[in-house]
Amino acid sequence: MIQAIAFYFFATIVVASAVMVIMARNPVHSVLWLIMTFFNAAGLMVLVGAEFIAMLLVIVYVGAVAVLFLFVVMMLDIDFAEMRAGFSRNAPLGLVIAAILLAELLLAVGAYNAGGIQLGTADGSAVQAADVSNIEAIGALLYGRYIVLFEIAGLILLVAMIGAIVLTFVPPKPGARARQDVSKQTRRRPEDATVMKNPETGQGVEL
Amino acid sequence: MINPAGIGIEHYLTVGAILFVLGVLGIFLNRKNVIVILMAVELILLAVNINLVAFSAFMQDLVGQIFAMLVLTVAAAEAAIGLAILVIYFRGRGSIAVDDINRMKG
Repeated sequence: MIQAIAFYFFATIVVASAVMVIMARNPVHSVLWLIMTFFNAAGLMVLVGAEFIAMLLVIVYVGAVAVLFLFVVMMLDIDFAEMRAGFSRNAPLGLVIAAILLAELLLAVGAYNAGGIQLGTADGSAVQAADVSNIEAIGALLYGRYIVLFEIAGLILLVAMIGAIVLTFVPPKPGARARQDVSKQTRRRPEDATVMKNPETGQGVEL
Repeated sequence: MINPAGIGIEHYLTVGAILFVLGVLGIFLNRKNVIVILMAVELILLAVNINLVAFSAFMQDLVGQIFAMLVLTVAAAEAAIGLAILVIYFRGRGSIAVDDINRMKG
């Protein structure tokens, strides 16, 4: 019973805040509603025992992606009132397409529910043992059988990072401020910069 | 694996479907605002993740959760690149209107 209440609670908030994401007038509010959506989707995933993905959603999405969105929204100084101009003009087409998509997806769910299609049975080797926690099982799978997939995911992130840096990097203007001259630095010898003195006791050093 | 009483896979699939449709609707409604379009894409990917996790849990097969992790990775990369493109586009043009974004082709 408590699970059903929790499910409907999370599902309602997920859908409601997703509506707010696309309807909010201010993109900052959109980002905040997006955070709300991800939190409650994480709750939905905890309900079926996928704790690791749920924590990943909270850490990666709420912690990184949503904050990135927030940064960009606040960095770009845009007149958002003018951006809304096409909203009502595009609404009918968008609503028609959304209705068709929703009908199709619900039809698919209904067909699945009726037992019309038998999806393949799970691979026996991947069944989670009852006494192993979710994170442990995922770790065994991720670092074992799917190690290549894991490394490719790392490569994707590396490419994305390099791409974002290369795209947004602005080379400093020459002469704008003191710049590093590598050849001048390497040409500098110790004897140019330091002197050896052997002063008498009680006397200063003249440089 | 907990199977909440009275909640079947169809409940999860319905939430995923609604979320997916809301994402597509968001793309259509906010055709001028690239930031909200990117957020709508994130909603679509979240719907995919919910479906993957639901099937993974109800079929007792963890591979679905591995897939969900990969989708998460790609979503993060896509957000980073998309926002970087957005920032340089705004820097050069002073607006992010999608209508004249096709001028980016050389």
